[in-house]
Amino acid sequence: MADGITRVAVPETAAKGEIIEIKALASHPMDNGFMFRDNGTRIPRWIIHRFEVDYNDELIFAADWHVAISANPYISFHTIATESGTINFRWFDDNGDIYTESAKITVV
Amino acid sequence: MARTSSSGSSRRDVLKLAGLATAAGFGVRPAFSQSPGHVVVVGGGFGGATAAKYLRRAGVDVTLIETNATFATCPFSNTVLGGINEIDAITHGYDGLAAHGVQVVPDTVTGINAANKSVSLQGGTAVSYDRLILSPGIDFKWGEIEGYDEAAAEVMPHAWKAGAQTELLRRQLIAMDDGGVVAIAAPGNPFRCPPGPYERASLIAHYLKTHKPASKVLILDSKDSFSKQGLFQAGWAELYGDMIEWVPFSSGGNVARVDPATMTVYTDFDTHVVNVANIIPAQRSNRLVDTADLANGGDWCPINQLTFESTVQPGIHILGDASIAGAMPKSGFSANAQAKVCAAAIAALLRGDEPPSPSFINTCYSLVGPDYGISVAAVYRLNAEGAIAGVEGAGGVSPGDANAEFRKMEAEYARGWYASITSDMFG
Repeated sequence: MADGITRVAVPETAAKGEIIEIKALASHPMDNGFMFRDNGTRIPRWIIHRFEVDYNDELIFAADWHVAISANPYISFHTIATESGTINFRWFDDNGDIYTESAKITVV
Repeated sequence: MARTSSSGSSRRDVLKLAGLATAAGFGVRPAFSQSPGHVVVVGGGFGGATAAKYLRRAGVDVTLIETNATFATCPFSNTVLGGINEIDAITHGYDGLAAHGVQVVPDTVTGINAANKSVSLQGGTAVSYDRLILSPGIDFKWGEIEGYDEAAAEVMPHAWKAGAQTELLRRQLIAMDDGGVVAIAAPGNPFRCPPGPYERASLIAHYLKTHKPASKVLILDSKDSFSKQGLFQAGWAELYGDMIEWVPFSSGGNVARVDPATMTVYTDFDTHVVNVANIIPAQRSNRLVDTADLANGGDWCPINQLTFESTVQPGIHILGDASIAGAMPKSGFSANAQAKVCAAAIAALLRGDEPPSPSFINTCYSLVGPDYGISVAAVYRLNAEGAIAGVEGAGGVSPGDANAEFRKMEAEYARGWYASITSDMFG
């Protein structure tokens, strides 16, 4: 959580072939662009529109998010622990920022 | 002056006569023939005790079945944790209800036989009813937090059923060294007493500030917002500085696993080794309702919100936390209000009358400190769909900009509310 916006949870170790749970959370308003301020001006759309996860550089999970996704999107999914290495996470913000996280896993 | 004094003594005479009339009432009470029926009430808490008393007032024969000889209230149990009250101050007996003619049976219901309208008791007997009221409260969904089961609760107490668990958590707070961390895991909605975890954090902080000022309260929350949040957070800043830290779901506050052996609390993303852990797990209706499938496969019991009669089993009414009571929160005050409505409905049904159209009130007082009270209040009626819904424009929350005197008065009202509702239930 280098940037304080995102955090991830990956098991530090797993048995080869084991099904593991991976969790990822982004603290983000996910403004849908349809809301108005008290003074009548529109709050512009500002969301994270894509989320990707690589396991040793192979894409294992991706999601395109649209305006119906709630604030602070939380993703939990399962994958199979195949080999030791690195799991990389990327969130693509409408404003062009890409938030990244990285976690090591040891498969025994 | 003389007139006032004489009118005062005549009022005393009236009271004396009223007392005699009540006593005479007991004398003739075994005239069961005048009662429109026999109601069995299971559970002597806010819902059950109130229902038993108000059914007696309506002339109905009532048997109250309750496992424990006394009842420690969840409301105000946080004052015990904060060292403001002893457990005795929140513990009540059933003598008052017995004096109203309620047959109090100290036993545990093990099964419900809806077909022949009876409940079976652990003691081996069965009690038959014309109508049954269940006010059994909650049970915990053990295991939803990995590692948190009944044994773990002896190390990391929930203290969400008042009594021995409250005293255990209190002893742990007393034993903790200054500089320790007290974690409170707050569950997702719906759960018993929505402001409860935050009042608890407040009054634990009150105790720590007084006795162990270098300590900290860490609230790990499965939610991103909570009841009276703005008022609580302003009160925390004012009374306790940064002693209380609240970690919402979106900052990784959701507790996923505990290890009582190492006093470790694991959220989805972080690890906290703490000195005292108060784990309030996810909740459901008391498992007693499963013996008649009253939750219909869900966590809570669907009811007709006019009469509180189960929509699954006719003749069985469900009150309080275990029921799905529309927009009302799961609170002692709600259960008390529901019990009066249910008692009136049952008395009417037993006499072949229409149940009266109900109106409910709920107020949740919370103490941020012993002299700092806040509240939220609402009024409810049935809407066109027959669901309990808030009355628009009625109720509200304490103002955000109130002065210290106002907060102190609300703390007084909270104490007054407690004295009054427990006297209503048990007096």
